[in-house]
Amino acid sequence: MQTITVPGKNSKHRVLLYALSTCIWCKRVKSFLRENGIEYDFFDVDLHGEKEREEVTADILRRGGRLSYPTIIIDGEMLITGFKEDKLREVLEI
Amino acid sequence: MTTLEEVRQRVESDAKSNGYYLNPDPEVLRHLLEGLRKNEERYDYPSCPCRLAFESFELDRDIICPCDYRDPDVDEYGSCYCSLFVSKDVFEGKIPLKPIPERRPNEKQIGPHIKSAKAFTKTTAVKATASIRKSSERGMKLFYCRQCGYVCFREEPPYLCPICKAKRELFAEVTIS
Ligand code: SF4
Repeated sequence: MQTITVPGKNSKHRVLLYALSTCIWCKRVKSFLRENGIEYDFFDVDLHGEKEREEVTADILRRGGRLSYPTIIIDGEMLITGFKEDKLREVLEI
Repeated sequence: MTTLEEVRQRVESDAKSNGYYLNPDPEVLRHLLEGLRKNEERYDYPSCPCRLAFESFELDRDIICPCDYRDPDVDEYGSCYCSLFVSKDVFEGKIPLKPIPERRPNEKQIGPHIKSAKAFTKTTAVKATASIRKSSERGMKLFYCRQCGYVCFREEPPYLCPICKAKRELFAEVTIS
């Protein structure tokens, strides 16, 4: 799966965002991370084929997440569903 | 091809006839309308911009905008899942606009994209596929609203009657003998 990296000056945590290109809350997460200078990788699931969609589905379910977007995985262990600004601030220590 | 203006008009008139308002932030509104336009272009129907479509009308029917979850969501939270449709209080800023939880059942979100996920969610997967298969085998039913007489043909009655806003419990199945 080819994710896109958005560089930022804060790369303390590894942030992976599963998103949809048309989704407003995914867009809000992207701007939130950018505005706070957080480096992150993202993958717009709707722009990819069956194979990648299955990989994302499997990854989210394996981590016990709900299958909705945005889903943010921090440091490969913490999964956050939806745009939860307070939670993101807490986990990303910003 | 549907234009952004056509999508806007359709959504505006739907909001008006249902007593809803559209997202007060012009940037957010434009993004959502553009999402609906894009989905209509790529899938042939305007499925929800904030949910992943399966590109199958049967599987996506409940998330074609306005989705099945809009009325109960605006009723309970003052906004639909995408925040396209909002209540008067939210529109006027009396209630803040916040992300709301997903009402669509997880099984519907999983759908057929399950092959590789099988190992982790075997039971959910089996259940989800079974319920999809069962519904298409069973076919759809006719339901009527006991309050206003509205009739619909689908797998289950709506959460709220789109005409008189009666709750799901007020729906009964039409049986033709
Ligand atoms: S959540 Fe809102 S925008 Fe999305 S399909 Fe439902 S009514 Fe339309």
